[in-house]
Amino acid sequence: MTESALRAPIVKPKVGRDDWTMRAFIGVIGLYLVITLAFPLYAMMSKSVRDNDGAFVGLANYIEYFATPALTWSIGNSLQVATITTLITVTIAFTFAYALTRSCIPLKGLFQSITMIPILVPSLLPGIALVYLFGTQGLIKELLFGYSIYGPIGIVIAEVFFTLPHAIIILITSLSIADARLYEAAVALRTSRLRIFLTVTLPGCRYGLISAAFVVFTLAITDFGAPKVIGGDFNVLATDIYKQVIGQQNFEMGAVVSVVLLIPAVLAFAIDRVVQRRQVALLSSRAVTLEPRPNRGFDAAMLGFCVLVSVFLIGMLGVCQFAALVKFYPYDLSLSLKNYNFDVMDGGGWSSYWNSIRMATYTAGFGTVVVFSGAYLVEKGRGFRAGRTLFQLLAMMPMAVPGLVLGLAYIFFFNHPNNPLGFLYHTMAILVISTIVHFYTVAHLTAVTALKQMDPEFEAVGASLKAPFHRTFRRVTVPVCLPAILDIMIYLFVNAMTTVSAVVFIYGPDTNLASVAVLNMDDAGDIAPAAAMGMMIFYTAASVRLAHFLVSRHLKRRTQAWRIR
Amino acid sequence: MQLATLFHRGVTTVAAAGLLAVSAATSAATLTVYTAVEAEDLKKYAARFNEDHPDIEIKWVRDSTGIITAKLLAEKNNPKADVIWGLAATSLLLMKSEGMLHPYQPRGIERLDPKFVDKDDPPAWTGMDAWVASICVNTVEQKKHGFATPTSWVDLTRPEYRGHVAMPNPNSSGTGFLDVSSWLQIFGEEGGWQFMDALHENISHYTHSGSKPCKQAARGEVPIGISFAFRGAKSKADGAPIDIIVPSEGIGWDMEATAIVKGTENLKAAQTLVDWSVSEKANMMYNEGYAVVAIAELAKPVEHFPEGILGGMIDNDFEWAANNRKRILGEWQARYDSKSEAK
Amino acid sequence: MPSNPSSSDFYLRIRRLTKKFGEFTALADISLDVLDGEFVCFLGPSGCGKTTLLRAIAGLDIQTAGTIEQAGADISALPPSERDFGIVFQSYALFPNMTAARNVAYGLESRRHSREEVRSRVRELLDLVGLPDQGDKYPAQLSGGQQQRIALARAIAMSPGLLLLDEPLSALDAKVRARLRLEVKALQRRLGITTIMVTHDQEEALTMADRIVVMNHGVIEQVGSPVEIYREPASMFVADFIGTMNFLAAEVTQEGAAGDGGIRTGAFVLACDTSGHSPRERVTAAIRPEDIVLLDAGDSETPGRVGDSRNTGGPRSTGRAENAAEARNADIAPRGGAAVDATVEYVEFLGAFARVELACAGERLRMDLPIAQVQRFDLTAGSAVRAMVPREAVRLYAGAPPDG
Repeated sequence: MTESALRAPIVKPKVGRDDWTMRAFIGVIGLYLVITLAFPLYAMMSKSVRDNDGAFVGLANYIEYFATPALTWSIGNSLQVATITTLITVTIAFTFAYALTRSCIPLKGLFQSITMIPILVPSLLPGIALVYLFGTQGLIKELLFGYSIYGPIGIVIAEVFFTLPHAIIILITSLSIADARLYEAAVALRTSRLRIFLTVTLPGCRYGLISAAFVVFTLAITDFGAPKVIGGDFNVLATDIYKQVIGQQNFEMGAVVSVVLLIPAVLAFAIDRVVQRRQVALLSSRAVTLEPRPNRGFDAAMLGFCVLVSVFLIGMLGVCQFAALVKFYPYDLSLSLKNYNFDVMDGGGWSSYWNSIRMATYTAGFGTVVVFSGAYLVEKGRGFRAGRTLFQLLAMMPMAVPGLVLGLAYIFFFNHPNNPLGFLYHTMAILVISTIVHFYTVAHLTAVTALKQMDPEFEAVGASLKAPFHRTFRRVTVPVCLPAILDIMIYLFVNAMTTVSAVVFIYGPDTNLASVAVLNMDDAGDIAPAAAMGMMIFYTAASVRLAHFLVSRHLKRRTQAWRIR
Repeated sequence: MQLATLFHRGVTTVAAAGLLAVSAATSAATLTVYTAVEAEDLKKYAARFNEDHPDIEIKWVRDSTGIITAKLLAEKNNPKADVIWGLAATSLLLMKSEGMLHPYQPRGIERLDPKFVDKDDPPAWTGMDAWVASICVNTVEQKKHGFATPTSWVDLTRPEYRGHVAMPNPNSSGTGFLDVSSWLQIFGEEGGWQFMDALHENISHYTHSGSKPCKQAARGEVPIGISFAFRGAKSKADGAPIDIIVPSEGIGWDMEATAIVKGTENLKAAQTLVDWSVSEKANMMYNEGYAVVAIAELAKPVEHFPEGILGGMIDNDFEWAANNRKRILGEWQARYDSKSEAK
Repeated sequence: MPSNPSSSDFYLRIRRLTKKFGEFTALADISLDVLDGEFVCFLGPSGCGKTTLLRAIAGLDIQTAGTIEQAGADISALPPSERDFGIVFQSYALFPNMTAARNVAYGLESRRHSREEVRSRVRELLDLVGLPDQGDKYPAQLSGGQQQRIALARAIAMSPGLLLLDEPLSALDAKVRARLRLEVKALQRRLGITTIMVTHDQEEALTMADRIVVMNHGVIEQVGSPVEIYREPASMFVADFIGTMNFLAAEVTQEGAAGDGGIRTGAFVLACDTSGHSPRERVTAAIRPEDIVLLDAGDSETPGRVGDSRNTGGPRSTGRAENAAEARNADIAPRGGAAVDATVEYVEFLGAFARVELACAGERLRMDLPIAQVQRFDLTAGSAVRAMVPREAVRLYAGAPPDG
C-alpha cells in the first residue's frame, strides 16, 4: 500500500473460471475450424505442388496446367460466363428490387417469396429444366433460333436463375435504406425522374450494386451444378476440377485447378467485404424511409417485369415437375410415377433422399449450436484478443472457398492414410462437418449481427450478479436471439439439402445424398428421374421453410410482450 | 456401420480395439463391393446373393467403368474395396498388372468358358458376362431428319450424321473404351485414329457414362447414340422408339468380371461372394440382361437384343487393350477432349 | 456493509491506476480514495476517462497498471464475477425476456436461495424502489423511469458492498430525471451503500454527490464537495466545465491578498486576491455571472474604466458586495469591487432568472439576475447599466482563457 514513486505495478488480470470456460470453448470451436477448414485447405495446397507419389515437385503441376490449352481455356470460359451472368443477373435483380421498393405494385410479398425459389433447389435443377425447355426436344427451343442450349447460353441462363435471389436480397436492402429527404429535395428542385434516378438512386445504392455483382460473380464462377448439366462441351474451372478428380482421379491436377479457382473467389470475396463494411456505415446513418408514390405507367411496367421474372422462375420448376411426371418424354406424355422409382437408378435411390434429410437435420442442429456458440464467444468473450481475432478470421474464410475446393481438400486431408480422423471418411459425420464449414460464414454473420444488437452490458450485469456466463447465455442470450437462431437453422438445413459441390467428393456408399443423386442420375442419362429427385428436394426445402415461417410467426406473437422495442 | 469402417481402417487406438472386439463378435460381414454394373441391377444382384448368403452384407460403390477404375487405382495404397464385382476385364487386367488383385480359384470355375477366366493359375479374375457395343438409332428422329439407318461404323462418318451422334468418353466409360479399342483392332492403329478423326466431326458430344448416349437417343435428345446392346434393349423395352444396330465391321465387347482386392480384411466373405458369382444361379441372373454369359450353355436369347450379336463380336485382344489402355486414353484425350461432357 | 473501519476509513482505495488502449492512455496515474458509505460522482466531458475508471473498478476493463483495494482486499486483477458490486447502466441492460421480478431475482436465484426467500426479497426490493405492482411486467412495458428503478433494484438485490452507476439517468427526460435524482440519493443514504456514479451532467453530480471527482483527459482535475468544486474550482478546466463562467484575459498589476491585489483586463481594473501571482504576469480572471452585481442606474459610482480618474461610488442594489463604494483608486479597488459602465447586448430569459450579456469597451460579461430585478431595472438590449464585480468573486488562473 505504500505509494512508491516508481512505476505502478502492471496488472495481470486474473483469468476467472468463466474466462477459462469461454477460452476452452473458443479453443474447441476454433480447433474444429482449424481441423475442418485450415488443415484440409493446407493439404490441398500442398497436394498441388506434389506428384502422384507425394514428392515435392515445386510448380511442375502448375507449369503442366498452363501448358495444357484444353485446361487453360476453361479460365477464359469461366470468366466469360461469370461476367455475363453478373451483368444479366444484376440488371434483372436491380429492376426487380427497384419495383419492390420504389413502385406501388401489388403483391410485393408474393413476388419476393417467388424470387427465393432458386435457393430451395440444387443448381443442377435449372440445367435440367433448360434441357426440357431448349434441348433438342425442348418445348420452346425455337426461341433459341437454332443456337444450342448446351454451352455458354445454357450455363448463363441457369446461373442467372441460381444467383438471382442472392442479388435481389442485397439490392432490396440497399434500395430500402435510401433517405426520403434526398428525394424530397430533388423533387422540390423539379428534377426529372431520370435525373433523380441517375444522381440520387444509383449513387445511393452503389455499394449494394457492387456487392451484388461480386456475390453473383463468385457464385457463378464457383458453381458446378449448372455447367455440369447444361455445359455440354463448354468446360469451366468448376467442371474441370470434377473432371480431373472424379473422371480421371488426377488429384494433383484437381488441386491445381482448385487453386486457380480460389484466386477469383478470394479476390471477389475480399472486395465484397470492404464494400459491405461501407454499406453498413451507410445503414447506420439511415434516415427517413422512402414511401413510393403511385405512377400508373411506371407501376404497370414494373408489374409486368415482376410477372415476367416470376414466370421464368416458376416455369423452370414447373417444367421439371412436368418432366418428372411424364412417362417417356417426348414420345409418351401420359402421366406416371415411374420416374420416382429411384431405387433402380444411379445415385443411391430413395435412401439418398432420406440421407439428405438426415444430413440436413444434423447440419442444422449441430451447425447452429457450433456457429452460434462460436459467434457468442467471439462477440462476448473477455480478453483473449488474439484467440478471438483468429477465430473471427477462420469464420470468414469458408465464404471464399468454393464448395468443390473444400470437398477436394477433404479428400486429401481425411482420406490420408496417416490421418487418425480417417475413420470419418465416407460417413454421415463428415458430410455434416463439411456442410457446416461450407456454409459457416453466412450463419456466423447472422449470429454476430443478432448478438451485436443485444445490449452489450448483459454479460457485465450477469457477472456482477455472480451468474456464470453460461447461465446468462442460456437464460438471456439464446431467448433474445431465438429468431436469428432459427434463421441460421433454416439456412443450414436448406443449403444442406441442395448443396452438391463439397459433398460430391466425400459421400460414401452408405451416405448417398439426394442432390448428388440428381447429379448421378443426370450423368447416367436418367434426366427425368433427376428432375423428380430435384423436385423432391424443392418440396422438402419449401415445406421446412414454410414451417420455419410459421414457427417464427408464432414465436413473434408469443414473445411480443417483450420484443417490442 | 461406423464400426465396420473403423475395423477396415485399423485405427490403432484403444477405443478402436474395444469396438473391434464388438464387431468381431457378430458373425455378419460387410463387403464393400466396387462395381460398374448398371444401377438398376444392383439391388437384384445383392438380393439374389443374399438368398444364399444372408450373413454377408454388400455395400455397393457404383460408378462408370472409368471412374471405378480410376478410383481403385487412386486408392491403391489405401484400398477401400473388398471385392470388385462387375467391372471390365480390361480394367481388371490393369489392376492385376499393378498387383492389386488377390488371385483365387472359385469353386465351379470349370464350367466357365475359358475365355472368361484369367490365364494365371489361380486366376486373378473371373468373367461374368459380355457386354457388347451397338448403336441406338431413334427412329422418330431419323424420319424427321430423313437420314438412312447406319449399318456400319464407317457409315457414321457420313456428313448427313453431322452433329447427330453421341458416344461415351472412353476416359470415364468402359463402353467408350471398348469402342475405341475395338476400332483400333478392326481398322488397325492408324486406320482406327483416322476413323475416329472423321467420326469426331459428327459427334454432338461425348458423354460421361456408357448408357447415356442410348438413353439420350431414346429421348430423342440425339438421334444416334453409340452405346451397348444391354442398354438399348432395356430402353426399347421401356417403349423407346429405337433400333439397335450391329455395325457390319464387327463390334467391340468386354467382359464384366469379378476379383478380390488384395489386402481385404474379409477374405473369407470375399471368396464366398466370388464363388457365388460364377455359380449357375448367378449366370442365369446375368443372362436376364446379357445375351452372352460365362457359362455358355446357360445363355438364352434376351428380348430386344439385336440379331447377329454373337457373330459380330470381334476376337478381342484384352491383354493388348489393357496394356495399351493408358496410351490409348491419353491419345484420345489429346485429340478429342474438347467435345467431352463435363467429367 | 462489510467494510473494515478499524484498518481504514476508506472503503475503496485506488492507487496509481493507468489504463492504456494501445497507444492511447485513457487513465493516467489515477489515485483516489472513497469513504465507506460515500456517494462519489465521476464528472467530466465524454472521453475524459470516467467510464473507463468505473469499468476498471468493476473489473470489466481491467487497468493496465495500478491497484484497487475494496474493503481492504486487493481486487486489482479479479474478474467482475469475483468482485463485490452491483451495477446500473445507462441502458439499464434489463433482460428483455424476463419480467421485472425475474430480473430482480436473477442474481438471487443463482445463489441457491430457496424459492420463498427469493420471492420475499424481490417483493422487498420492488417496494424499496416504489414499484410493488410492476413485477409481472416486461421491461418493454415499463416507462424509462420504472426500468431504471428495476435496474437499481436488481443491482442492490444481493446487497453488494459497492454500487456502480454508469450514467443511470441520462436516458430519461428532464422531469423524471430530477425526481429520480432525489430518490436514488435517498435510497443510497438509507442503505448506506458506497456508491460511485459516472455522469457528464454537472447538475446531477452537484445535487447527488457527497464528493465529486472532476476528470479530464484521463487525469483527475479536482476532488471535492459540490460546493468546493463550484465555488473554488482548482483549475481553469474545472472552472470552465462546472457552471457558467466569465473568463477575462488579464495582467496582474499588484500582488497581494484580497484587499491589496489588483489586475487589469482589456477594459477593467479589478481588485482581487492575487497572491501567488507576480506583477505583470498574464493571468485569466474567472467570474461567475451570478456574482456580478447590478448598480442603480444614475448612481454616481465611479466606474472602473481604465484611464478614468473618477473612481468613487457604491452599489445600491444588492448586499453581496456591500463595500464596493469604497473603491477610490483607478487602478485598485481595495475592499469592495470595481464598478463598470456597460451596455446590455441582450437579455436571455432562462426561467427563474435571466442572463444579461453586457458589452463594455470590447469585453463581454455575462451576469445572472433574478427576473424581478430585470423587470425593475427594465433591462433590454441597449440599456446602459452599471455593474460591479466584487473582489471575492474573482479567481485567477495562470495562462490565457479557454477557447470559446
